[in-house]
Amino acid sequence: MKRTIPAVIAGVSGTVMIIAFFIPPAQKWQQTAEIWFTILAAIAFLIGGTNLCLHHLKKVAHQQAGWGFSAVTLVAFLVTVFVGMTKWGVPAAEKFPDYAWSGNYLEEGGGLWWLYEYIMSPIIATMFSLLAFYVASAAFRAFRAKNVEAMLLLVTAFIVLLGRTYAGTVLTSWVPESMSALTFPGMTGVIMAVFTTAGQRAIMLGIALGIAAISLRIILGLDRSYLGSDKD
Amino acid sequence: MRSPKSEIRNPKKARNPKGKMWIPHVSNLPVWISFGFRISCFGFLCWTAFSTSSASATEVAPPTNLVVKDRPNDAANGLIVTWSLSPDDQPERAIQCEIFRQVDGGEWSSIAKVSAKNETFEDTNCEPGKKYRYRVVALGPEGATSPLAETAEPFQPIMQWVDTRRLWFGAIVAFVCGSVIVCTELAKRGASIYVRPIAALTALDEAVGRATEMGRPMLFVPGIMDLDQIETVAGLTVLSKVAKTAAEYDAALEVPTSRSLVMTAAQESCEAACLEAGRPESFNPDRIYYVTDEQFGYVAYVCGWMTREKPAACFFLGKFFAESLLLAETGNGVGAIQIAGTAEASQLPFFVAACDYTLLGEELFAASAYLSREPQQLGTLKGQDAGKVLATVLLLGGCLLATWTVFQPQGVAAEAYHYFREVILNKGGA
Repeated sequence: MKRTIPAVIAGVSGTVMIIAFFIPPAQKWQQTAEIWFTILAAIAFLIGGTNLCLHHLKKVAHQQAGWGFSAVTLVAFLVTVFVGMTKWGVPAAEKFPDYAWSGNYLEEGGGLWWLYEYIMSPIIATMFSLLAFYVASAAFRAFRAKNVEAMLLLVTAFIVLLGRTYAGTVLTSWVPESMSALTFPGMTGVIMAVFTTAGQRAIMLGIALGIAAISLRIILGLDRSYLGSDKD
Repeated sequence: MRSPKSEIRNPKKARNPKGKMWIPHVSNLPVWISFGFRISCFGFLCWTAFSTSSASATEVAPPTNLVVKDRPNDAANGLIVTWSLSPDDQPERAIQCEIFRQVDGGEWSSIAKVSAKNETFEDTNCEPGKKYRYRVVALGPEGATSPLAETAEPFQPIMQWVDTRRLWFGAIVAFVCGSVIVCTELAKRGASIYVRPIAALTALDEAVGRATEMGRPMLFVPGIMDLDQIETVAGLTVLSKVAKTAAEYDAALEVPTSRSLVMTAAQESCEAACLEAGRPESFNPDRIYYVTDEQFGYVAYVCGWMTREKPAACFFLGKFFAESLLLAETGNGVGAIQIAGTAEASQLPFFVAACDYTLLGEELFAASAYLSREPQQLGTLKGQDAGKVLATVLLLGGCLLATWTVFQPQGVAAEAYHYFREVILNKGGA
C-alpha cells in the first residue's frame, strides 16, 4: 500500500499532463496538479528547514568533525530567517506610510536585501569564478594526446579556442577572402555548426525517446524503483 | 458645526440662501465688473471646449475594420481582436491604441494599450460562457484621442476539444508509446531481449566495492532540481540500487540534497532499499539531508564535504547545470571513482572530462530498467528503438525533401518540404 498509492498518484498525474497537452479543456486539471505540487513543495520546504536545523544541531551537540561549519550555518540560517520575518530595516510602503511592516521584504535598503547584496551575492560570484580554474584543469587532462581520438580532440579544441579569440583572426588574416572557410574563425564556425550540432541533436533525440520510455514506465507502474523498491 | 471649507468644497452647499450659485468675492463687487467677469469666464470655457473637441476630432483618425475572432486551439479562454491601422499611424507620429472590453453587457474597462503599427491584440483573460465586446481608440501624441471603433455584436469564445496543431506530434507520441507497450508485452511472453552492456552501470558494484574495501564513505548527488524533473526521478532509481548494494556491503552512503522534496523521496528510497537488502539497520536517515536550494551554496557544501571526508566513490546522477564541473573536478581531485549521468547535453562534456564513467542522456533513463533486469522493463528499452527508426526515417525524408527543394524551389517537393517543416516538425511542440 505504501508504494501502491504513490505509484497511482504518479500514474494519474502523468496521464493528466499528457491529456492536457492535446486537449485544451483538460488544461485546468493540469493547473490543479501543478498547484498540488507547489503546495507539497512548500510543505516539504518546512520539513527541509527542520531537517537542516536538526542535522546541524546534532553535529554541534556531539562536536562531530566540522561542527564549527555547522554552527556558522545555524547562526546564518537563524539570522536570515529573523531579518526576513521581521522585515528588519525595510521602509514602509509608499501606499501605506503609517504601517511600518507594509514594505516589501526585499526592498532596497532593507536587512534581507543587504544580506543578499553584500554577503550572498559576492559568495556566489566567488564560487562561480572558481569554474574558470576547473575548466582549465579539466581541459588539461582531457587534451593529453594519448591516442588517435585524443589527438583529434586536441586539434579540434586548438582550432575552436583560436577561432574564438582575436589571435585566431590575426594569424589567418593572410588567407584570401575566397578561402575564408580555412581561417580559424571559419573552421570554428563549421565545427560548431555542423559537427557539434549534429552530435548534440543525436544525443537530444536519444534523451527525448528515453524520457518518453521512462515516463511510460512510471505512468503504467512498471517502474517503481524511485520509491525504493519495485515490490509492493 | 460646519466649517466654511467644507461648504465651498460641496457644490450643493456652495449656494446662497436663495438657491442661486454663489461666487465668492465676486458678488460683493460692482455689478458691471461682476457681469464682465462672468462673460469672460463663459467665453473662456466655450473656447476651451471647442478647441479640445476639434483637436480630438481632427488630429487622430480612428482605427477601422474592427473584428473579433476566436483564438484557435484553446479552452475558450482567448479572443483575437484585429483592426486596420488609423491613417494617422505614420512613421513620424507614434499612435498607440487603447483597447476597452465589456463583459456580458457590464461596465467598459481598459484592458491594454498596444504600440504603434500593431493591428492585433490577443485577449487571453476570457472565460468560457461569457460574451465580450471590444472598443479600440487611437491615442495620438499630446493626449489627442480618436473616436471609438466598436464591435457591433458581442462575441463568445469557443471551446476547442483538440489542439489541432499537435495532432502530428500526438501521432508520433502514439507510435513511440505503442511500440514501447508492444515490446513490453512481447517481453512478458518470453521474447528474448538483448540490451547492450552499459559500462557505467556495470561499474556501480565496482565503485561500492572499492568504497567498502577502502573504508571510506560514498557520495550520491541526485542533481539540483526538484522531483518534477524526470532526470531527478531517474537519479533516484539509481540511488535505490546503490543504497541496496551499499547496505549489502555495509558501506556508508551520504546523500546531501538541494531540494527538500527530493530529500524525503531519497530517504524513502534508501529505507526501502535497505529493507529489501535484508539490512534495515543499515539505514541511517542522518546521512540523507537537505542542504540548501541555492545552487552555489549547495556546491560549496558538497565540495567542502568531499575535501574533508575524501569519499571513495562519487555518483552524480540527475539534472545539473554549471555546478557539474565544480563537483566532478573536486571528486577527481580527492581520487574518488566517479560515475555521472545527466540529460543536459551542455554538461555532458564536463562529466566526460572529469569522471570515470558517464551515462550519456538516454542511458540515464535506461538505468532503472537495465539494473532491474526485468523482461518487461527491458522491453521498454527495445520500444525506444522503434522511435529511433522513426526519427531516422524522418531525418532522411527531411534531408531528401530539403535537397530536392534547393534544385526545384517551386512544385510538389517544395510544398511537401514546407508542410513537413512547418506543420509536422515545427508546430509539434508549440
